[in-house]
Amino acid sequence: MELTRRNALAIGAGAFAATILPFQAFAAADEAIAAFTGGADVGEGGITLTSPEIAENGNTVPVSVEAPGAVSIMLLAAGNPDPAVATANFGPLAAKQAVAMRIRLAGSQDIVAVAKMADGSFVKTANAIKVTIGGCGG
Amino acid sequence: MASGVKPRVKVPKTAAAGSSITIKTLISHKMESGRRKDKAGELIPRSIINRFTCEFNGQSVIEVIMEPAISTNPFLEFDATVPEAGEFKFTWYDDDGDVYEASKSVAMA
Repeated sequence: MELTRRNALAIGAGAFAATILPFQAFAAADEAIAAFTGGADVGEGGITLTSPEIAENGNTVPVSVEAPGAVSIMLLAAGNPDPAVATANFGPLAAKQAVAMRIRLAGSQDIVAVAKMADGSFVKTANAIKVTIGGCGG
Repeated sequence: MASGVKPRVKVPKTAAAGSSITIKTLISHKMESGRRKDKAGELIPRSIINRFTCEFNGQSVIEVIMEPAISTNPFLEFDATVPEAGEFKFTWYDDDGDVYEASKSVAMA
């Protein structure tokens, strides 16, 4: 391809879009976190997210999350078209504030868990998962 | 999606008073995400179970709000405290308004 002015502009626009797209995905996850926390500060620690390092099939990725003393836990997949995955609200008879489930991941990405503690504070943690085959179907 | 939905729940038959038990639930459901396309290129409409609750003798154990990112045949595992003998009630709420229920009773060991 000859490097004309038009081509150079097209390449530039493509590169710009490529850099901005991941930010949009993360922005959607950040928005979901903000909606969950109501803009409160989110700390670290006190929450454990267990997930495989490499998931061969993005259609069923087993994950579990535990946050002792939490009233609810929200799970997000930052790289999915729709980052929300699930929200668990624990009742008085929950022995552990823990839940395990199987989720769909569109591709390799970070999954984020945010827990709301009984005292109203928030903690979060994130895990990176490599996905061999994405789970969005075609 | 009212056909072929079968809830399966695994709960110990007996437990000591005040002890914690692990509960596993699975319900067969295709959990159509609303993002897949059929052979004609048309989007298949979303059809998922959007909410699950577990109660023991009327007291809440856990409630899970599910989104399309939950896999086919949603599986959940969690721990519950059993203060006395009684019955666990599990309820799944489908997008189309259907409600699937299962219950298991636990005796004192």
